[in-house]
Order: sequence, then C-alpha cells, then structure tokens
Amino acid sequence: MPTLAHYLLVSGGLFSIGLLGVLLRRNILIIFMGLELMLNAANLSIVAFSRFNLHGGMPGYNEQVLVFFVITVAAAEVAVGLAIIVALFRAKQTIHVEDLDALKF
Amino acid sequence: MQLALFWIFASLTLLFALGVVVLRNPVSCAMSLVMSFVGLSALFVTLDAFFIAIVQILVYAGAVMVLFLFIIMLLDLRVETRRPLRLGAWLGGGLVLAGFLTTLFHVTASSPSLSVVKPEIVPGLNDVAQVGIALFRYYNLPFQIIGVLLLVATIGVVVLSRRELK
Repeated sequence: MPTLAHYLLVSGGLFSIGLLGVLLRRNILIIFMGLELMLNAANLSIVAFSRFNLHGGMPGYNEQVLVFFVITVAAAEVAVGLAIIVALFRAKQTIHVEDLDALKF
Repeated sequence: MQLALFWIFASLTLLFALGVVVLRNPVSCAMSLVMSFVGLSALFVTLDAFFIAIVQILVYAGAVMVLFLFIIMLLDLRVETRRPLRLGAWLGGGLVLAGFLTTLFHVTASSPSLSVVKPEIVPGLNDVAQVGIALFRYYNLPFQIIGVLLLVATIGVVVLSRRELK
C-alpha cells in the first residue's frame, strides 16, 4: 500500500520538474506549462493530506473544495496569461524570453 | 496491487512532466503535459478523490490544453533553435532543486507519521455529494466570488486580445 510519504515524494518531484522548466526553458509558453505543473503538484499534496487524515472515516472535504478553487483560479490564470502572451507576440514577434529585454537596465 | 498501480501512474506523471521540460517542439510539450495530467488524475483516483480527478481531466486535459494548442497554432511556432546554455541558470536551478529534494527525502525518511498506511474510509461514500455539500453549505460565498473572478477573467481576455482600433 502506498503511504503518505510516497505521495509527497511524487508531489515534490512534480514540483521540481515544473521549477526546472521555469528556470531552464526560454520559451514563454513552456515556462507557463512549468507553472501549471507546480500548481498541480501542490494540489496532489493537499489531496494526499486530506485522504490520510480521516475525520470519522471520511476524508476532509474542505481540502477538496480548496483544490477545486485552486483549479478554477488556475484556469482563469491560464486564460489571462495566454492572452497576454498573444498580445506580447503581436507587439514583439517573439516569445523567447531573452529577446524580451525592454525593461532591462 | 495498489502499490503497483501507484508506481505506474506516478512514473507516467513524472516521465511525461519531464518530457515537457526536455522536448523541443512546443506541440510535443503540450501533448506530454496532457499525459502528465491524465496520470495525475489517476493518482487522485487512488486517493478516492473522484470529483477532483474528473475536474482535473475536464479542466486541464480538456479546456487548458485546447487553449495551449490553440495559442501554439495561432503563433505558428517553429521548433526552437538551440541557443547557448546559461551556466548561471543551470547552477542556480540545480542547487535549489538539490536542496529541496534532499530536504524532502530527509523529512519523509525521518518522520514516522508520514509512513502510515492509507486508513480505510467508510464504504459507499458518495464523494461528489460530499464535495457538493461542503461547497454549497460552507463555502457558498467563496463559490460566488470565484464566479465573479471567472467573469472578470473572461472580460480581461476579450479586452487584451482585441485589436487596437485607430
């Protein structure tokens, strides 16, 4: 049977891979995908904690509602972020983060 | 049996997540992300969170991925050209990751309360009904606020993606 530590390790690994994508990739769309991976890793650990701490034989549904809200906000975030990326592409004709240095001193 | 399924889905999730970081074609990255989300949703099922698993498939593998692929198509991206690696980013990222992972391994290995076997839940529990009760009885106001947030996001996207009229 998998234990809580198994789920936390998978969640940590997923978070690390997402962080790696944010740090190493320079395509802004892939950076965005890395952000999504990190959000999902947090969701996995929340659900795992709720499943392993039962109240009267029932998992915590407050936590699952929190995860539901996180997924909703993430969906809104993806929509706005991709619209910003499209506007950026129209203005600069690139989505490579090293070519976007207008604010660099 | 459960442990085998857990490892299958965990490796599916992690391998395809690694694909997102490693692959060079943005469309392959998006497809890899879909598979990673499917594996994650299966992990939610092993945690008896059926509602969250279905929402994960619907929202991420459905809506978010269509949005990503649509934007990739709209921007007409080619396969990335190789550019010289930034040594600082690799070093910094490697250090942060190594620290995080060693801390995680240390904590999970040293605290016995984390290695409990999954406790049994009440048989025949209706997961969706319980989430619905919690959502509409105790979290009704946040639910309404989330609705307003989605409306604001929709309006914001329309304003952002409108062409400037001169």
